[in-house]
Amino acid sequence: MTRYLASRFAGMVIVMLIVAVLVFFITRLAPGDPAAVMLGEQATAADIAQLRATYGLDQPLPVQFLYWLGELSRGNLGQSIFLQRPVTQALLERAEPTFFLTLFSIVIAVLIGVPCGVAAAVWRGTATDQAFSGFAMLGASIPSFWFGLILMQIFAVSLGWLPVAGYGDPGAPLLDRLQHLILPSIVLGVVNSALILRFTRASMLDVLGEDHIRTARAKGASEARVVLHHALRNALIPVITALGLTFALLIGGAIVTETVFGLPGIGNLVVSAVLRRDYPVIQGALLVIAGLYVLINLLIDLLYLAIDPRVKY
Amino acid sequence: MPMSAAPRTAIAGTTSTGRRRGPTAIIMRKLFDRKLVLVGAAILIVVALAALLAPRITPYDPMAIKILDRLQSPRVTHWFGTDELGRDVFSRVIFGARYSLMIGAVVVLVSTFCGVLLGLAAGFFRRLDGPIMRVVDAMMSFPDILLAIALVAVLGASIANVIIALAIVYTPRVARVVRASTLVVRELLYIEAARALGVSTWRILFIHILHNISSPILVQATFIFAYAVLAEAGLSFLGVGVPPEWPTWGTMIASGQQFAHQAIWLVMFPGVAIVLSALSLQMVGDGFRDLLDPKLRKSL
Repeated sequence: MTRYLASRFAGMVIVMLIVAVLVFFITRLAPGDPAAVMLGEQATAADIAQLRATYGLDQPLPVQFLYWLGELSRGNLGQSIFLQRPVTQALLERAEPTFFLTLFSIVIAVLIGVPCGVAAAVWRGTATDQAFSGFAMLGASIPSFWFGLILMQIFAVSLGWLPVAGYGDPGAPLLDRLQHLILPSIVLGVVNSALILRFTRASMLDVLGEDHIRTARAKGASEARVVLHHALRNALIPVITALGLTFALLIGGAIVTETVFGLPGIGNLVVSAVLRRDYPVIQGALLVIAGLYVLINLLIDLLYLAIDPRVKY
Repeated sequence: MPMSAAPRTAIAGTTSTGRRRGPTAIIMRKLFDRKLVLVGAAILIVVALAALLAPRITPYDPMAIKILDRLQSPRVTHWFGTDELGRDVFSRVIFGARYSLMIGAVVVLVSTFCGVLLGLAAGFFRRLDGPIMRVVDAMMSFPDILLAIALVAVLGASIANVIIALAIVYTPRVARVVRASTLVVRELLYIEAARALGVSTWRILFIHILHNISSPILVQATFIFAYAVLAEAGLSFLGVGVPPEWPTWGTMIASGQQFAHQAIWLVMFPGVAIVLSALSLQMVGDGFRDLLDPKLRKSL
C-alpha cells in the first residue's frame, strides 16, 4: 500500500512537472515578443522594455523557466498584468461560483446518470434502454453553451422563474447567490450525465451477467435487492472512474457555461484573460486546473479501496 | 498471400453463392444492419451534401446584408428567418456546414496522422513508451476546451490556428488508442514471423501493424470529428476561435445570442445543426465500436 502510494505520488509529480513545462512553453509559442503582444499595439518601446524587465522576459528561456518553477514551488503563480494582483488571489476570488457550479453539476449528473444507467441495463434491449441510451448520445452531442442559451430564454427570459445571469450582489446571502446557479448547474449536469449513464449501463450489464447475481436470485432475493445491493455496489468502480473523467468535462463546460450566464467564476476569468492576453492568469489557471484533475484521479484510485474490499494495492 | 492479410482472413466469410467476401465488406454489412448507424450515416450524408452543394442549394448569398429585412421570423421567403443584418439564416447555416465540417475534418486528419505516429512509436519501441506516454498523460490532464483556448490565445484567432489548436488537443487521444492496439498486435505471431523474415521495422509498423489496427483508429477518428465540431463551436462562441466574419455555426450562435430574446431562431437553427452533426457522428462511431467490441459483437 505504502509502496503503491509512493509510486502513484511520484508519477503524479512527474506528470505535473511535464504539465508545468507544457504550460510554460505554450505561452512562449506566441509569435513575436510576448511583452509586446500582452501590451497591445499602443505600447511604447519603453513600456515593452519595462514589462520585459519586470517579468524577467529579457532573460534566456531556460533561466525564465527555472525562475518560474522556483516561484511555483513557493506557491506564487505570478502577477496578473490586467488585474494588477497575484494570480493566486484572482483565482481564489473567483473560486466560489466555479466550486458550487461544479459540485451541483456533478450531483445532478450522478442523480440522472446512475438511475438511468441502472434502468437501461436492467431492461436491456427494451424501449426504456433505447430511450436512455438515446438520451446519453444526445447529451454528448449538445453544446453546453447552446443548451444554456435555450434554457435561459425559456426559464429566465420568457417565464421569469429564475435569474437571467450574474451571481447576485457580493454581499447577498449565500442562498440568494446560489439561486443564480440553478440553470447553469442543470445545463452542465444534464449534458455531463451522458458519460455517467453510459458507464453505469455498461458496468451493470457486466455485473448482472456474473455468477453471484444468479446465486442471489436462486436464493430468492428480490429483484430490487439483487439490482441495488448485489449488482450496483459491484458496478460502482467504473462509475467512479467516470466521475474523474466527468470532472475534466465539467471544468471545460464550466468555462463556457460561466460565460453564457455571466458567472464571475474561474472559467470567466480564463476567457477574459485570453481576450486580454493576460498570460500569467492563463498559465496559472491551466496549471491549477490540470493539477486538480491529476489529484482528483489519484483520490479516485484511493477511493476504490474504500468501496471495494477486493481491491488491494 | 501478403503477410498483412493473415489475421484479417480469419473474419472473412463466404456468401451463399460461394463468392468470398472481404472482412471490410462483412464489417460494413454488419455495421449498416444496425438502424442507429443507418440513421446516423443518412444524417451525415445529408449534412455533407448540403455543405458540398451550398452555393447551388442556398436561396441567398450568406453574406448579403439587407437591413430592411432584419430579424424576420421564419417564413416562406426565409425558411430559418433573417439575422440582425437581414442575412438569410438558412443560407448561413448551410454555408456554416462547410466551414464547421471542414475544420472538423482537417482536425481529424492532422490529429490522426500525428497520433498514429506517436502511438506506433510508443507501442512498438519500448524505450520511447515511457517518455511519449508521460507527455500524453500530461496533455490529457487539461480539459480539451481549456487547452484549445490557451493555444488559440497564444497563436491568435484564425481558422488555421483553431485547426492547429484542436489537432494538438486531440492527438493524445489517438496516440493512446494506437499505442494500446499496437501493444497487442506487436506480440502476434505474424509480426514475429515478419521480423524473422527480415522485413524492415518501417514496413512492419506502417504496413503490417497499422493495417491491422485501422478499425479502432477509425472509431476514434469518428468521435474526434464530433468533438472537434463541438469544440470549434465553443471556441467561436467564446470569441477566441474563428473570426466572426466566417459563418461557422459557433460564430452564428455567438453573434445571435444578444438578439436571442427577440429572435430565438438565430441561435436555434445553428445549434440544431451542431447537434445533428455531432449526433450522427456519434451514432456511426458507437455502432462501429459496438461491432468491434468482442463482448458486444456476439449480440449483433
